[in-house]
Amino acid sequence: MDSNLDGNSSGLNELKTSLRNVLRSPTWRAVLFWLLPAAFLGYFFYQPLVALFTLFISPQGGIVLGTLNPGQIWDPLWFTVAQAALSTLLTLAIGLPGAWLFTHFTFPGKGLLKVLTTLPFILPTVVVAAGFNALLGPKGWINLALMALFNLDGPPIQFLNTLGAILIAHIFYNTTIVIRVVSNAWSQQNIRLRQAAMALGASPWRTFKEVTLPLLRPSILAATLLVFLFDFTSFGVVLMLGGPGYATLEVEIYIQALHLLNLPLASVLSILQLVCTLLITVGHNRLTRQRGLVLVPRAQAIGARKPKNPWERVMVALMVLSLISLLIAPLAALALRSIIKLEPSRGERGQVERGFTLQFYRELSINRRNSLFYVPPIAAAGNSFIFAAVTILITLSLGTLVAYALRQRTAINTVLDPLLMLPLGASAITLGLGFIIVFNQPPFSNFSFPILMPIAHSLVALPFIVRTLSPALQSIPESLRNAARALGASPWRVWREIDLPLLSPALIVSTIFALTISLGEFGASSFLSRPDYPTLPIAIFRYLSQPGALNYGQAMAMSTILMLVCAGGIFLIERIQIHSKDET
Amino acid sequence: MLTVENIEKAYEGEPLLNKVSFTVEEDETVCLLGPSGSGKSTLLRIIAGLEEPEGGEVFWNDEPLGNTPAHQRQFGLMFQDYALFPHRNVSENIAFGLRMQKRSEDDIRARVRDALATINMGAFAERKVTELSGGEQQRVALARALAPEPRLLMLDEPLGALDRTLREQLSRELRRLLRETRVPAIYVTHDQEEAFAIADRLLLLHDGVILQSGKPHEFYHQPRNVWVAQFFGLGNLVQGEVISQSPLKVTTPLGVIQARCDRDAPAVGEKASLLFRPTQACPEAEVCPNRITGKVFDEVFQGENYRLTLHINDEVPLFNILLPEPAPMDATITIGYRAQHVLCLENGSHSA
Amino acid sequence: MQKRNILLVFLLLSATLSACAQEPAAEEARALTVMTHDSFAISADLIEAFETEHNVTVSFVRSGDTGSALNQAILSKANPLADIFYGVDNTFLTRALEEGIFEAYDSPLLSEVPDQFKIDLDHYALPVDYGDVCINYDKVYFESNHLPVPTSLEALTQPQYAGLLVTENPATSSPGLAFLMATIAQFGEEGYIEYWQALAENDLVVVNDWETAYYTNFSGSSGQGQQPMVVSYGSSPAAEVIFAETELTEAPTASIIGPNTCFRQIEFVGILKGTENRDLAEAFIDFMLSVPFQEDIPLQMFVFPVNQNAKLPPEFIEHVQIPSEPATLSPESMDQNREIWIQTWTETVLD
Repeated sequence: MDSNLDGNSSGLNELKTSLRNVLRSPTWRAVLFWLLPAAFLGYFFYQPLVALFTLFISPQGGIVLGTLNPGQIWDPLWFTVAQAALSTLLTLAIGLPGAWLFTHFTFPGKGLLKVLTTLPFILPTVVVAAGFNALLGPKGWINLALMALFNLDGPPIQFLNTLGAILIAHIFYNTTIVIRVVSNAWSQQNIRLRQAAMALGASPWRTFKEVTLPLLRPSILAATLLVFLFDFTSFGVVLMLGGPGYATLEVEIYIQALHLLNLPLASVLSILQLVCTLLITVGHNRLTRQRGLVLVPRAQAIGARKPKNPWERVMVALMVLSLISLLIAPLAALALRSIIKLEPSRGERGQVERGFTLQFYRELSINRRNSLFYVPPIAAAGNSFIFAAVTILITLSLGTLVAYALRQRTAINTVLDPLLMLPLGASAITLGLGFIIVFNQPPFSNFSFPILMPIAHSLVALPFIVRTLSPALQSIPESLRNAARALGASPWRVWREIDLPLLSPALIVSTIFALTISLGEFGASSFLSRPDYPTLPIAIFRYLSQPGALNYGQAMAMSTILMLVCAGGIFLIERIQIHSKDET
Repeated sequence: MLTVENIEKAYEGEPLLNKVSFTVEEDETVCLLGPSGSGKSTLLRIIAGLEEPEGGEVFWNDEPLGNTPAHQRQFGLMFQDYALFPHRNVSENIAFGLRMQKRSEDDIRARVRDALATINMGAFAERKVTELSGGEQQRVALARALAPEPRLLMLDEPLGALDRTLREQLSRELRRLLRETRVPAIYVTHDQEEAFAIADRLLLLHDGVILQSGKPHEFYHQPRNVWVAQFFGLGNLVQGEVISQSPLKVTTPLGVIQARCDRDAPAVGEKASLLFRPTQACPEAEVCPNRITGKVFDEVFQGENYRLTLHINDEVPLFNILLPEPAPMDATITIGYRAQHVLCLENGSHSA
Repeated sequence: MQKRNILLVFLLLSATLSACAQEPAAEEARALTVMTHDSFAISADLIEAFETEHNVTVSFVRSGDTGSALNQAILSKANPLADIFYGVDNTFLTRALEEGIFEAYDSPLLSEVPDQFKIDLDHYALPVDYGDVCINYDKVYFESNHLPVPTSLEALTQPQYAGLLVTENPATSSPGLAFLMATIAQFGEEGYIEYWQALAENDLVVVNDWETAYYTNFSGSSGQGQQPMVVSYGSSPAAEVIFAETELTEAPTASIIGPNTCFRQIEFVGILKGTENRDLAEAFIDFMLSVPFQEDIPLQMFVFPVNQNAKLPPEFIEHVQIPSEPATLSPESMDQNREIWIQTWTETVLD
């Protein structure tokens, strides 16, 4: 076919065909997709970690391992795993019914409730501690109410410094993950499958057990993995709400690194943490080995409807009530604290009025002491938003690439996928220290160059986005793409017309995750922040590290602003529609 | 004109398509017929450019299409599951191909309107595709494939999911449409009645090769071998051994039967299969030589005549015939077959 | 599909790189970088004055708490992140000196600093401020319950104070560690364990961090907790007045200042080894030791100036109790024994 006359062009054609042949192999396609995300991870995550570890393990490796006593390792490890497992189970116990609620029913205030249940995710632990204290502390409202009701001497509920506090705080934080991930998958299920089961004689319970649940399994497992990893590396909650009696690996790393300046031991513990994360992730991947079922998205998918009979109404009301009391009451307590005068409750001191005040909000915008580092709340909110926007950009791009990579059937994915998840299990402290070692030179000189902040956020958010996008991508039937191609759509058009619109619910959820993770990230951020670009959580923490009613009130006020900013962001994102679609 | 030459494809290591070749002329509807799993859909996808063959080539008007990607081939494809885009309504689905052709808005609107009129669904323009019934979806899928005026149309079991009345009605409409638009078409089905109704030419695909190609009546009257006859349910098949070549005589469990062969008669001593069509059973056995006696085992009234199932002996437990008059159950009756009505067939399922 | 994403990331990268390129814009003024911990604060006009006087732009790198900042300074000592590091305290001083992160500088202004603060005689680390970790108590609680305020460490073990004190875990909190040190200074390395045993038997409440202790457990703060005594800072009562919602004439809390009940923390500054702006660094250190800066410290950072000529603001004078015998320990012994002390404490109090 090719004549030998034009040697060049035939050579070019050969190149083109061999290139196309290469691209036909799933492994090569996967490699192409993985290129950018892997480079990102390698450069910004693995490089700092390796730098830190080689600095502190290799020369002194033997010495460190020799001086370790098992108690330093196994006790925190055992406790870390145990509390994470318990927290995850409880979170599922609340989150799964919550997902059921949001998938199947509409009720007044549904949209608002969904947004509000996401807010806990973004709050720094200091603030959460304050919120729970306002509710469940010795002088919290619940205790006061119970004391009054039952004529008790002292507060009956001992909340702080208990394992219960850790568990409840974890549920508080992570329920939204379960609700969003699972209900997203659930509402895409094809209702005809269920109807088929029922026509074959299966009771509603059997249908649920034999049809719905297996189809939900991948998303439930994904949510479980994410929640577990978050609980596994949980720091603020264990430190502040659990108190001195409880130490996880992360707390140990914190103590060793930052209080005892014992970086070698901290590095060893970090490695242990990473190994555990790897094991857990690999285990999860084995469980979800079965590829996502191909379903026609929303071809007669489940629609949400009003509760029909009294039984359903009661169920819905109960669930809404539990969600509100568990997740929203502390938020409300916080917001309330920011507008109530504090002094009177401290004891009768002269003429002080009770009541509401906006003083704390006003105070936020006053640089009373002319401090150089004063940050007006708008600036902090703006910074938070900009970092969040960059995080969203990075994670959506890279996450989409990874989702397409994971679609290919190749062994590369079994290796690279767990490596992608590791940042979720990495100690923010060790990562921060690693950053210092590596990024101490141009182009990152003055190392707290602002771009490192959203990069750190992206490292944590990326696994989330991938776990959300990948199953959604795999559930798009190939026949739709084929139909589009046969109708004349070029590959780019196919993506734009088929993949993108059908991915849009997952993209929205991903964007919300990226937003909330970025807004609420505190651990790595405190290493990387520059004084002129503080984020809201950092500003909040600053207020709470000083005594004084005004400081406390301003912290509450700024927390409320953080919640409003986040709620606003979520609200806007959910309004975006890539193409006309049904109400979710 | 489409030319398919020596297409080879394996599926999970097993050969699926084994040097398949055929052509489709202008203005011709070719039906690709074969049992489930014979590779018909795969062949369509290969022609459409959605899958790569492992060997062979597809030509359009003698131009090889190997390097032409699917979206540039201008071949319409209608899928078995319709593959309507769930996130777009009926009009948008139909308009999709037109948009890819970058036609003007007005042009698109007009063509969509015409397409809707052709399939009689003018009122459905804004309807969500997820709310359509099976027949409606099928029609929309067809309109969508036709709207961009493809130079070849491929339909993959388009009537598969429909009930009988709808199927008949739609198959008539399809025929009409295909005639009117004069677009060459490949129609894939496993239902031979449908194939007979729609096709100008039939291709029978089995074991990865085209077993027989020809006009529908050729299959009926001159099936190439036993497998073809079985596939079309042409009649009773009985195996035997040839004892005489001219005239052709075969000894069978029914006795010695005189038969006829369209091709070269098999040699003496070779195995052969004989086809007895139910309609050609001769009730006046005195007139017809090949006499067969059996017990009436089952009887079904079919309007014009009765279908009787006879039990002859253990080797031939079921033998179907069609007679104008019924016979009592368990009665023993004798029928006959003229020699030219007994067709001798090759054994096996491969073409000569 | 790759095209679009690649495009986005490309845009992102090019924005990053171009922003990078803008960073070292040619300026006439030089740049001085000061690395501090997160509690560092200063008045804007003071800095502006310094910048104008020396034609320099000062930028600050705030790096977490003391331990975190020190770690970062140590990790980056081959390639220092700043010219000056402020924020090492006496508990970590030996570590900082051993790691050799500083260059010596004998500032002339050291003559205005009393000897008790000049712990590093080789002037690698120069003192800037000091603060006392003291037990704060809620005046209203003690008054309304007719309870005498304890005046010594020993008194805290009396049954009338059972369950009334909250302290922080020395492993996780700097004031917690300071209080532990105070008890060691008072009871010695042999006796402090018995003391803590007694405290533990007296229903001592331990939390992990100062924020929880002060804002959740302490009854005298806006958190309205249950314990009327908390291990906090000597300056906290003044802060309560300054940051009060409505004007207060009297501080709602005060410190217990018996012998060795407070632990003195001194904070140091040093020029980071390898700086290219030695002259500016020296000028900045002199500036930090000068009276204007020193007088600015109390209301910004809520610690005390070391410069004896610096005057305290009236709120401090009125509401802060300064101990006459604050507890101190030698930095070497703190560095050597910190881990074993914490471990022993953990075994005694927490298990």
